[in-house]
Amino acid sequence: MLEIKGLKVKLEEEDKQILKGVDLKVEAGKVHAIMGPNGSGKSTLSYVLSGKDGYEVTGGEASLEGEDLLEMEPEERAAAGMFLAFQYPVEIPGVGNMTFLRTAVNAQRKARGEEEMSAAEFLKEVRAKAKSLKIDADMLKRPVNVGFSGGEKKRNEILQMALLEPKMCILDETDSGLDVDAMKLVSEGVNALRDAGRGFLVITHYQRLLDHIKPDVVHIMADGRIVKTGGPELALEVEQNGYADILAEVA
Amino acid sequence: MAVAQRKQEATEARLSAMAVPEGGAWITEARGAALARLREMGLPERRDEYWRFTRPDTLNQHEAPVADTLDTQEAPLFDGFERIKVVFVDGVFDADLSDDLSGEGLSIERLAEAAQSDIHWARDVYGMLEAAGQDPVQRPFAAMNSAFATDGVVIRVTGKVERPVSLIYKHASDVSDAILHHVIRVEEGAELTLLENGPAAARFNKLMEIDVADTGAFHHVRAQGRDHERRAVTHMFARLGTESVFKSFTTTVNGVLTRNECVIELTGDDAIAHVAGAALGDGDFHHDDTVFITHDAVNCESRQVFKKVLRNGATGVFQGKILVKPGAQKTDGYQISQSLLLDDDSQFLAKPELEIYADDVACSHGSTSGAIDEDALFYLRARGIPKDIATDLLTLSFLAEAVEEIEREDLRDEIIGRLEGWLERRRG
Repeated sequence: MLEIKGLKVKLEEEDKQILKGVDLKVEAGKVHAIMGPNGSGKSTLSYVLSGKDGYEVTGGEASLEGEDLLEMEPEERAAAGMFLAFQYPVEIPGVGNMTFLRTAVNAQRKARGEEEMSAAEFLKEVRAKAKSLKIDADMLKRPVNVGFSGGEKKRNEILQMALLEPKMCILDETDSGLDVDAMKLVSEGVNALRDAGRGFLVITHYQRLLDHIKPDVVHIMADGRIVKTGGPELALEVEQNGYADILAEVA
Repeated sequence: MAVAQRKQEATEARLSAMAVPEGGAWITEARGAALARLREMGLPERRDEYWRFTRPDTLNQHEAPVADTLDTQEAPLFDGFERIKVVFVDGVFDADLSDDLSGEGLSIERLAEAAQSDIHWARDVYGMLEAAGQDPVQRPFAAMNSAFATDGVVIRVTGKVERPVSLIYKHASDVSDAILHHVIRVEEGAELTLLENGPAAARFNKLMEIDVADTGAFHHVRAQGRDHERRAVTHMFARLGTESVFKSFTTTVNGVLTRNECVIELTGDDAIAHVAGAALGDGDFHHDDTVFITHDAVNCESRQVFKKVLRNGATGVFQGKILVKPGAQKTDGYQISQSLLLDDDSQFLAKPELEIYADDVACSHGSTSGAIDEDALFYLRARGIPKDIATDLLTLSFLAEAVEEIEREDLRDEIIGRLEGWLERRRG
């Protein structure tokens, strides 16, 4: 599904190397988690994979189902099946959430040469998927993320994921700013999307999200590299001992 | 040559080709007074402070450059709305294209007809609000309008009128100029919604005087678009009584030169005045909003919300002032002017002003210019929305605060639809 080899990335504006050779392979149907201390490059990895400006790839490659991601515009990556659930979803005043969702779904369909969805068809689809995420009609009508609580914003991200049905989902610290109930709701939303044809990369600081979204593989990232890979038990180890032991062990 | 003399000569040269129309006693007097005002102040020059950002040259010429009429397949604006259509073709009222000019709680007359009588209620408004609005800043094209306008509508509203009155300007021939003057009197407790759209002529000088009595309400939605080469200088002069409401929104797309002046005086306590504008300019586009709101009563509220999206070298101008007179306590004044510059060639020139002579007021103003929000753009693109569509969504998002000033939802949606259509056509 997602294959990253020796990925090196620096900031465009300054001479600062963030990723120093990341190797990672996420198979379809699997959930991989990336944990790591602040500044290790986790969020940068998610941005570079989804095509945000401001980063320069200085080496390595990244592909989605064999297609070179790094050559594509962000919208092309999305149409190819890449999805990033933002750590900080952006507020867009004046654009209705519904309009936004439908524009996104239809843009991707169009890019893939599929037929666009009619307003009525789409409404039915949204209502069904919104309901399980406890997103009410008001949230669909309001401008995108404007006045949404932290939990509402994250649920809205998962709703987008459910509607766009991507192949590869990256969740960038989706647990940040969530209380226990919201985390449960969001996790249920994600788990409902787990599927043999879909890969997940869950970026988090804490093990607690992984209690709800159970990973198959856990990676530890530090200083721009994956320094250790293991099973779910690795997350528990981090939770108990912090990163210091692991970092000392690999240093 | 002294400035005053040169200005006077230029003004006389222009006036030599214009004739004050014939009419009844009341309007002859008003036109004569307006002409005297115009002669006194002279036509504007570029060095005039109030015209620093907008060149008046093409407005001063004898003939305006020809403006081609745009042929589009697009349905006319406000089509399908229940309304009373009042149509002007090349600046002349057209009875055949217009609806029956009658409605409950409403009287509508052509200015050309009202001008024939010797006495008319409009004498208390026609040229009067304009004259009052000449101080402290002169507005020569408004005086010119009062002196030379031959047509327009004279509307008196005595009840809550449901159906909007829809003024439609059509540009059919190569005629250079159209000069229209409208007078609107909203009586106590009465309510009117006025719609305006259309390009009128190569050069359009339009003036509207709106006298809103105590507890009256006036809502206005205007669209300036279509013919790209047109020039327009428009004025609104409003006088607002106690607890009255005045809300005006204008959207402007296309147009090599548009100057919209709005002069409002809040004369009765607890009155509300909102003026808003949303402009989309591409290339050879110059758009100027010049607003002057005077608070001369207690506990009044005024809002100015102006947004412009500019690209490919387009220019936007905002000159907005709030004047709070002595004694106008508890004034709540708000003014915001913002531009979204989509490239480095476009420019926004803003002159926001507050002048306050009362000590218990809340007034705020802000003016900004900025580029598109990169984080928002990335967010949309990351959802698969192509860059050009994402940019257009963010453009509409930027304009939203102004568009939301339109109270009636169906009219708001109509305007949003128009803006979307324009953006879509530009995308090709």
